[in-house]
Amino acid sequence: MQYLKTAFAAAAATAIFAGAALAQGKPQEIKIGIATFLSGPASVFGVPAKAAAEMIAEDLNKKGGIGGVPVKLSFIDEGAGGEALVSNYRRIVQDDKVDATFAAISSGSCNQLVPVAEDLKVMNFMWDCGAASILETKKYRYNFRTQANGTPEMLAVLIYLLKTKPDFKTIAVVNQDYAWGRESWEIFSTALKAMKPDVQVVAELFPKFGAPDYSTEVSRLLALRPDVVLTTAWGGDLDTLVRQAGQRGLLQQSTFVLGIGESSIQRLGKDLPEGLIVGARGDHWFLHPEKKNDPAFKAFNEAFKAKTGAWPIYPVYHMAQAFTALQTAYDKAIKANDGNWPTREQVVDATAGTEFATGFGRPVTLRPEDNQGLEAQLVGVTKSFPGYDFKLLDNMMIFDPKVITNPAGVRSVEWLKTLKPEFAKMDVPTFKQ
Amino acid sequence: MNSTLAILAVLDGISYAALVFLVSVGLSLIFGVLRVVNVAHGSLYAFGAYLAATFSIKVAPLSPWLTYPALLAASIVIGVVCGGFIERVLLRPLYGRDDVLQLLITFAAFMIMDNLQRLIWGVQPIFAAEPLKLLPNVTVFGVNYTSYQVILLPAVAVATLFGLRYFLRRTLAGAVIMAVTEDREASTSIGIDARRVYFVTFIIGASLAALGGALASPTTSLVPGMGADMIVLSFAVAATAGLGQIEGAALTALMIGLTRAFVIYLQPEFEVLVPYLLMVLVLLVRPYGLFGATQMRKI
Amino acid sequence: MSEKDLMTRRIKPITTAAVIFFLVSAVAPLFVASWATLFALILAKGIVVLGIVLLLQAGQVSFGHAMFFAIGAYTSAFWGKYVGGGDILLYLVLGGISSTVFGLIVGLFVVRYREIFFGMLNLAFSMVLWSLLEKMFPYTNGADGIRVARPGLLGFVFTPETFQYVILYVSLLIAAAAFYGVQRYLESPLGHMLRAIKSNETRLEYLGMSARRVLLIGYVISAFLGGIGGTLVAIIQQIATPEFGFWTKSGEFVFIAILGGGAHAFGAFAGAAMFECVRFYAAAHLADSWQLILGVVLIVIILYAPNGLIGLRQRYRQSGKGGR
Repeated sequence: MQYLKTAFAAAAATAIFAGAALAQGKPQEIKIGIATFLSGPASVFGVPAKAAAEMIAEDLNKKGGIGGVPVKLSFIDEGAGGEALVSNYRRIVQDDKVDATFAAISSGSCNQLVPVAEDLKVMNFMWDCGAASILETKKYRYNFRTQANGTPEMLAVLIYLLKTKPDFKTIAVVNQDYAWGRESWEIFSTALKAMKPDVQVVAELFPKFGAPDYSTEVSRLLALRPDVVLTTAWGGDLDTLVRQAGQRGLLQQSTFVLGIGESSIQRLGKDLPEGLIVGARGDHWFLHPEKKNDPAFKAFNEAFKAKTGAWPIYPVYHMAQAFTALQTAYDKAIKANDGNWPTREQVVDATAGTEFATGFGRPVTLRPEDNQGLEAQLVGVTKSFPGYDFKLLDNMMIFDPKVITNPAGVRSVEWLKTLKPEFAKMDVPTFKQ
Repeated sequence: MNSTLAILAVLDGISYAALVFLVSVGLSLIFGVLRVVNVAHGSLYAFGAYLAATFSIKVAPLSPWLTYPALLAASIVIGVVCGGFIERVLLRPLYGRDDVLQLLITFAAFMIMDNLQRLIWGVQPIFAAEPLKLLPNVTVFGVNYTSYQVILLPAVAVATLFGLRYFLRRTLAGAVIMAVTEDREASTSIGIDARRVYFVTFIIGASLAALGGALASPTTSLVPGMGADMIVLSFAVAATAGLGQIEGAALTALMIGLTRAFVIYLQPEFEVLVPYLLMVLVLLVRPYGLFGATQMRKI
Repeated sequence: MSEKDLMTRRIKPITTAAVIFFLVSAVAPLFVASWATLFALILAKGIVVLGIVLLLQAGQVSFGHAMFFAIGAYTSAFWGKYVGGGDILLYLVLGGISSTVFGLIVGLFVVRYREIFFGMLNLAFSMVLWSLLEKMFPYTNGADGIRVARPGLLGFVFTPETFQYVILYVSLLIAAAAFYGVQRYLESPLGHMLRAIKSNETRLEYLGMSARRVLLIGYVISAFLGGIGGTLVAIIQQIATPEFGFWTKSGEFVFIAILGGGAHAFGAFAGAAMFECVRFYAAAHLADSWQLILGVVLIVIILYAPNGLIGLRQRYRQSGKGGR
């Protein structure tokens, strides 16, 4: 009897101890710091993404949060400029002690913040920036990219072009003059040279980022008459270019390829003609052919439209991916820790190699070798449909990320050089709108 | 480069020069009279553009032709309200004080307006192309141009140039402004109210900046930060021409516009460099600008 | 009371304030980790603004001083990119040399001009530099800038946690030295001659001095300070971008100088502290209106405290004595 009593007491003590440890370990809230553009031209991505983050967090907390803990968001402005961005990032990590950060949109910001995150040992999701080089040159522990990078994004667009317009002879490029504009052209042109060496590049134009006027560029292209014009511009720059080109008949004269045009479709409205090839930086489209009848997807899109007045664009889905990745990683870490609240390091361990699905597109895998996300790519062509006052995407192809992403450990450009013309003949499923 | 391309480049250069002239002439005029470099000039340009777009989106459903008066109305509203406020509330207490303070207070106005613009019109690009679409295209050597850009804009620029010339040389109000520009003290002593002249000049200059923005609005997306680029460009034009030189600003704008267009055809990489390189070269040889008069050093 | 006494009475309290400020920047970051970077930035920018304050003594405002800031920053960036390795001291020496040389070259041209023409030519030079940094993409990475890897100091390598304190104390030492040096310079005959350019340049020349040479010396010193500040900021931020040389950056430096007060070297640091803190905390709490707040602060300072923050004290003292 005495023995039993002792055992009971011991068990009770253990239970209390374990309970106490659990209660101690489980925090009041999970703090997430998000770097996004709230000012400057890139706020066309940052502001919708912020709205999405608030919507997702509210929804998540209504459902009990992550592992029973609500999330709390704080935002820092990428547009405030380098110094303010880094100081504010340090402040939210060191003073506010956020548990994870999502940073950032621009590759410039990522270049600045990724080493800081690594230094401060805080888990960071590069939720939207696309420069492939960041994860190719160094192996990070705390930094993950929860989406694809420029290589598969541009490759998908190129293969779509090669499949739908196989006999073009000349191409011109008009890209914004900064890393993305230059890098995306390097990726595109390297792959083009490897897969279709007979194409002639007739003009490489890199107008200043934020240039208000492309009239001269348009005149030059009208005079040159290239078969294809590629641009990976975005935001106001893309709108201006498309409108100035459209007004003067350039869009009708050459086949335009808008590398990341999905984010401008709604704004351009009637000014965007049919027949332009449009990429989406991932399989992001508010009428995603595989998901458009999914009630959760529809509900999210409609709620977003009700909140902001526009249908979601790709940064919105990228933001959702960061949240889902975080939730999946925490769930995995909690499970691995026998249901106890995991330490930060355990969460980081669990994040590597995670596969997660937002339900708004195909699932994404975080490749454990280099923490690069493998994300499917959707490319389509613009077409009018009744009921919408802007163009929709038609003849959409969805590309398998495993095929079009460079293998871990091989630098993008080196890998692209090895591609053969047959590579473009891969089978890709095509979807009507 | 053959002659066809050269003609195309000239057309592009002229339409660009027209806009640049409209904005920089306002800056030049204000400096000529008030001796103030108005850093907020670019913001007035941006506000003019945004308000013009707002107006034309409002009136376009009634009749698309109403968008033209809407552009003009917007620039006058901005010129009078914002320009008037900056002169009367911010600059007036500083006359006679350090030049730096006058310049810096317009810098403060620039920061505030840049921020306000974001709060008022948001961050999504705005586009109101009605005025551009109403006019037909013209074709030159098989290349389409919008007549808005190659005919209307240069016409407005030329009209502004001659209008300003006429106003300053042939009207009483203009003569008063010229008198203050030439010699502030002497004109005050013969009973000219310099403050009133400053106020009026500033409003005219601000309206011209806003007009430049309003006329640019149909051709470009209105985005945050559009003012910061315009101010340095118009500053480069005004300084290269010689501050206060109206005809000089026109010629310099034309020079910069044409050089820029040719550079885009031949060596597009150097486009951004053009205006600033010209500015440095001119200022090194002629510190008071191409058309500026040498000033006497005061003892 | 002799003029000298009056001077010392005026200078003393400000020097005391400077000492207190430097002490606070040495100690406070030990308690709040994120202040280490904030204070390092304040000090580094203060060094640049010292250069502006110097030129303000001569009545000249450079609206292109960010070019020296950018040159200092890019010197380290290029060294890291093309040579590799690096040491804080090496970076500082290189940044100092390149900005001095550049300052001398540009200075030879600009010291011939005064007031708005001086400011304008500076602006023109800085915009040429800015467009080159933007456009020479293969060498400069364009608008994205070049990363500056965390350097060691005298062969020691630091963990990130230690490094933020190392760079803080390096900045502090340089700032204190620069502050002292500029003070001494302004009190020296050369400094008085610099002031004479503002008050009466012709009289200076009648005395047989070359105003251009006097201004050139001041200009090169201020370029050197700009380069050192730029090097420090590049090391703190671990990046150099063309934005470092854009005209708004130059405007910011002048802004800080006026905010702090151009009459005294300490104004540079007082202004930098105020500016960075407002920006830091405004950005933290009102992410989308920090510019608005800074703009309003600037207007209030210009209209109501034209001598800047350090002038406030004097005003207070004067009004305490019954005013003028």
